[in-house]
Amino acid sequence: MSNRELSSVASGGRLLAAPDADTADARSTGRARRGGTGSRWSRDKLLIGIGLPGAIALILFQYVPLLGNVIAFQDYQPYLGITGSDWVGFENFAAMFEDPKFYTALYNTLILTVIQTVLVFPIPLFIALLLNSLAGERLKRLLQSILYLPHFLSWVIVVSLFQQMLGNAGMLNTFLVQNGLPMFQVIGVPELFKALLTTQAIWKDAGWGTIIFLAAISRIDQEMYEAAAVDGAGPWKRMWNITLPSLKGLFILLLILRLGNSLSVGFEQIILQQGPVGLPASEVLDTYVFNNGILSQEWGTSAAVGLAKTVVGIGLVIGANKLAHLFGERGVYEK
Amino acid sequence: MTTTQPSLDEATIGDSTTSRSRTSKRPVWMEKPNPFVQLVKFLALLISVALVIIPFWSIIATSIADQKTINDSGGGMVMWPKGVTLSAYASVLSGGVVTRAMIISILITVVGTLLSLVTTAGLAYWLSRPRAAGAKPMLLLVLGAVLFTPGIIPSYLVVRQLGLIDSWWSLILPVMVNAFNVIVMRAFFQDLPQELFESAALDGASSLTTLTRIVLPLSKAVLAVIGLFYAVSYWNAFFNALLYIQSSDKWPMALVLRTFVVNQTTIGGDQIGATEVLPPQLSLQMAILVIAIVPILVVYPFIQRHFAKGVLIGAVKG
Repeated sequence: MSNRELSSVASGGRLLAAPDADTADARSTGRARRGGTGSRWSRDKLLIGIGLPGAIALILFQYVPLLGNVIAFQDYQPYLGITGSDWVGFENFAAMFEDPKFYTALYNTLILTVIQTVLVFPIPLFIALLLNSLAGERLKRLLQSILYLPHFLSWVIVVSLFQQMLGNAGMLNTFLVQNGLPMFQVIGVPELFKALLTTQAIWKDAGWGTIIFLAAISRIDQEMYEAAAVDGAGPWKRMWNITLPSLKGLFILLLILRLGNSLSVGFEQIILQQGPVGLPASEVLDTYVFNNGILSQEWGTSAAVGLAKTVVGIGLVIGANKLAHLFGERGVYEK
Repeated sequence: MTTTQPSLDEATIGDSTTSRSRTSKRPVWMEKPNPFVQLVKFLALLISVALVIIPFWSIIATSIADQKTINDSGGGMVMWPKGVTLSAYASVLSGGVVTRAMIISILITVVGTLLSLVTTAGLAYWLSRPRAAGAKPMLLLVLGAVLFTPGIIPSYLVVRQLGLIDSWWSLILPVMVNAFNVIVMRAFFQDLPQELFESAALDGASSLTTLTRIVLPLSKAVLAVIGLFYAVSYWNAFFNALLYIQSSDKWPMALVLRTFVVNQTTIGGDQIGATEVLPPQLSLQMAILVIAIVPILVVYPFIQRHFAKGVLIGAVKG
């Protein structure tokens, strides 16, 4: 999905508001209409009919697959199906912990998760602060438009562009060779693979990530800045004491939402570049599931890895949210 | 359209745009910018912008460069083509694997976007009406779908169970309804003036008539931006194509890109339209890449315009 990042953010904002509004709705319903639920359903028949195709698609492709996770506890055979396959308890999970490839994937995933959370995640905030400090409105808009653009390109395109720029026959190396300088090999070098992934992720989504921070910055009360300036606070002090504290809640919200998907470190991006780099440097949990499940037909083990990953993601969100509450922040949802 | 404009701005981040235009001239209390700091900022942003623009420039330049220019540059990328030729586009677009993939991708994008808009708007409309039966549990399901994605294997099993493997429908149906877009559209519908619904109900309009005659005509802006988002994601679709499409004659653009541009599989003369002399491989590859990028560059200004209006940020406010 293209707008995953923003979508999680937006849902976060929405999650806070929606349940309240709904309970208020429900309460007033209770007071206003005492008609039976049956009459409500028959009254809204047409309305539900309009919404039903979308609802069915959503449930079929978002919730029905959750049931499919039971094959993590089966010796799943495609020709027998879920009902016909043998139940094996936690054997698949045991097999997972005995597979050295799993540890490689886990190690790479964790390293990339740390890099993406510590290094990549704050960059949009820096760019947003930089953009915001520019005076010219026209210039700011133009820069924003250019910086948002890479987000809308697919990973296939981004990876292609990087190959053409940094590959052995790419622009950088052509330039170096023509000027009698040594080649700088980046593409297909296992040691540099994580750095390459990180650079690509920044190139594609750092600009887009600023959109949410810029919106939040524009909502900060301008009088605070004026008052601070009158009291003698310089631009840096104002940023440190007004802008950053105002963005703290949003920053924490985004960080928590990120954690839910933190073990998904870029399936498309990595699967496209796995060939020349080799599995030891590039295998992550998602590609492990794909390579072992879809390609090698080891259904049970890969489903077990996928399920474990989902459960850890949910656990991280709940844990981080608890932590946020401890520090007096709102988090994604209230207690 | 003109009537929706003011309500759009108020409903979304209109407040921020006005405050931003206020700060576009330096307020009295703000000190004069330090020229050195200004220079550093400007350079930092200039470099970021150059890093985005140079790759685009270079692939377009290489795609139209003739054999001689490419040879002169040592067989690599070109920044300034001396001789210009469109032969790479001519061969790639005159039949064969790329042309077919392009038509397939266009069809999937058009059919998918239409289906997505109809189903998303329908679901959002149901969820947006106050006190609609069943809307509350459904809304929770939509919110849950934003937070958690189902795993690769279980999704694959469902698609296979439905018999969609190697069918173009596998590129449309699983991503037809995007939960986040439902939430954005629902928020937009809720912000429409409620009196309209009351008077429609008084006139005896059914919910379908209200949707088609009142809600949708007033929601062109949100339909446009969400439609464009869907279109971009259908055009870009790679993950599902990799998972579900097996025969190479059903490939959409993304798989063609992967094979010929990322994996650098040599493009034979029999795979593309017949020309007397096969253009350089690099030009062919860059032409394919440009063809994949151009539709996005074309729709981008239309999507981008809506960021300023804050159609999407509106949902964030909650």
